[in-house]
Amino acid sequence: MTEDLVLPAPRDAAPEVSGDPLLVVEGLTKHFPVKGGFPIRRTVGAVQAVDGIDLTVHVGESFGLVGESGCGKSTTGRLITRLLEPSAGKITYSGQDITHASRKQLAPIRSEIQMIFQDPYSSLNPRQTVGKIISGPMEINGIQPAGGREGRVRELLEIVGLNPEHYNRFPHEFSGGQRQRIGVARALALEPKLIVADEPVSALDVSIQAQVVNLLQEVQRELGIAFLFIAHDLAVVRHFSHRVAVMYLGKIIEVGDRDSIYTRPRHPYTHALLSAVPEVNLGDDETVGRERIRLAGDVPSPINPPTGCRFRTRCWKAQDKCATEEPPLIQISGNLAGHLTACHFPEEPTIEARDEDIVLDPALAALEES
Amino acid sequence: MKKLEGRSPGQLMWIRFKRDRTGVVSAYVVAFFFLVGLLAPLISKLYGKDPYTVYADERPELFDSAGVPLQPNGGISSQFWFGLEPGNGYDVFTKLLYGIRTSLMISVCVTIATVLTGILLGVAAGYLGGKPDYFISRVIDFLLAFPAQLFFIASMPVVVSLFVSPTDETPTYVRVVALIAVQWFLGWMSLARILRGTSLALREREFIEAARVSGASPWRIISREILPNVVTPILVQSTYMLPGFVTAEAGLSYLGVGIVEPTPDWGQMFSKASTELVMSNDITYMFFPGVSMIIFIVAFNLLGDSVRDAFDPKTAR
Ligand SMILES: Nc1ncnc2c1ncn2[C@@H]1O[C@H](COP(=O)(O)OP(=O)(O)O)[C@@H](O)[C@H]1O
Ligand code: SF4
Ligand SMILES: [Mg+2]
Repeated sequence: MTEDLVLPAPRDAAPEVSGDPLLVVEGLTKHFPVKGGFPIRRTVGAVQAVDGIDLTVHVGESFGLVGESGCGKSTTGRLITRLLEPSAGKITYSGQDITHASRKQLAPIRSEIQMIFQDPYSSLNPRQTVGKIISGPMEINGIQPAGGREGRVRELLEIVGLNPEHYNRFPHEFSGGQRQRIGVARALALEPKLIVADEPVSALDVSIQAQVVNLLQEVQRELGIAFLFIAHDLAVVRHFSHRVAVMYLGKIIEVGDRDSIYTRPRHPYTHALLSAVPEVNLGDDETVGRERIRLAGDVPSPINPPTGCRFRTRCWKAQDKCATEEPPLIQISGNLAGHLTACHFPEEPTIEARDEDIVLDPALAALEES
Repeated sequence: MKKLEGRSPGQLMWIRFKRDRTGVVSAYVVAFFFLVGLLAPLISKLYGKDPYTVYADERPELFDSAGVPLQPNGGISSQFWFGLEPGNGYDVFTKLLYGIRTSLMISVCVTIATVLTGILLGVAAGYLGGKPDYFISRVIDFLLAFPAQLFFIASMPVVVSLFVSPTDETPTYVRVVALIAVQWFLGWMSLARILRGTSLALREREFIEAARVSGASPWRIISREILPNVVTPILVQSTYMLPGFVTAEAGLSYLGVGIVEPTPDWGQMFSKASTELVMSNDITYMFFPGVSMIIFIVAFNLLGDSVRDAFDPKTAR
């Protein structure tokens, strides 16, 4: 799908991120109850969508959160924007505990945390004009910009690359990419400090994806907004993120700065994800023989995740210890500062080709041979 | 330069509707009936008669000893356009005008009451989910299991007796209120159920979450984000419900538990037409209320179809 994704080479002139933490998440957990039974429905289990994750996003930083679909990325985003109530853990924004803050208590910081959604067709109210959609957040928060709300909307439309005269149009008159730009304009309307972007381009045509990512990147750099950028593969966030966290079944299994994750990954799952990224140009000079890993099997159910390391059912390095002991997310030896990995038997910090491809599924292996 | 004015989904619907010839004609027919109901007093004034005058006493020369109009076709003449009613000799034309007025007034009230209830309970169930949803849904299931016609017939006298003691004369307004109440009681569930489903689906839409992320209050979310998106099912459903209420009201009055003489009522005219006296002597009496009601109901149902097609071109046949 992402084969044609053309992204600009990383501009190393990315503004230095100040060291101040903006968002601190500690032990964040969300368990959705599973109801069952007849005739009296009761809780019979829990979907462990997010299970004790820690992460920090600094002022002006863009942080990538990557993992297969169903691993809890959206849930994490919705917990941070407080659309969902955390089951446990703590969310601190600008030093303020907002874990269980009510709507009224959140009011002062509502304008600072905004969200960009995945589905451009469901994220805009079909009955409202673009002007209404973008000025809605200003109206709710009683913000009266200098040039009036309409003037501000026109300005925002221009920033996101749309015709300001489209103020009175309705969402159905726009393409997916344009709608996503409208969503970006809405998120920018309140001049936020943090934007949670939940797979903002994965519903778009490949040719459009790059444009929208570039727009987000521009916005991020020029306005100095911190981003939590959620994606299901490593290709999209590569040029965008200062730091990247990899999630698997509700846990963060590896986190580090961009270079550590993309060139010195340690966790087998990160290796697998990277090997699935087609044509990632590793810097400009080196074109390395890439390793190939096919991850076989499905992600286990988050209702009943594997004991110990959650990746062990698909891991080619798994040993007995992996089933009994959960690997902590720590800076294992060989990692640079700030690069944390949760694995008992980490891989070498390289992404060069192995002697042999790892193909886990016997059926897949047979296919490869023929 | 072309003005960059967008077309709202509502405007698009209106454009589609105007292209539908059947729909437009039906709309005119329906509007005509509402106009007739609305202007009944004015028309009667111009016509110079009212539905309460007992012409059997005023103009006895027009009737035979049994009270049947002497002239053929129920006494149709240049003076009494639709003839005279056997028995008391009411003027059929004004009686029909006022009958339409009464019936439509009651049906419109029932529609408004059921739509409001449907919106309130349906949107609440769908948006709140959880316990309120469970409770409201069970109430809907329970009431839907009621045999509606039987319930209407059985409960009308009960409801009326709540207001007046059985020995007194029942004032007309009590009958009207009772008619509205019983039809409302069993009328709101289908719309509520549809709106519950729509709101449930809308709640999952990301634009609702976008509003919540900006700090919108539940009230704002319901009024600005959800309600504008349920206008379509409300309009479609109410154009289907109203003719149903008209026939139900007519049915009750026909059975004698609705509006009774001398208050003019569309349905009650059928009841009159089926009496021994009218049946055997003046079959034309049935013609005007019958034909007008058939035209009204058919036009309204066609209108309902056109409204639905205009809103939802995908299901158009
Ligand atoms: N409201 C919910 N109720 C129950 N389970 C949910 C709910 N939302 C998400 N889940 C479950 O939580 C897990 C993580 O979902 P999600 O956060 O959407 O994953 P991702 O965004 O990474 O694809 C999935 O197994 C999903 O089925
Ligand atoms: S802890 Fe064990 S199972 Fe988990 S990733 Fe590391 S080697 Fe694989
Ligand atoms: Mg998701």
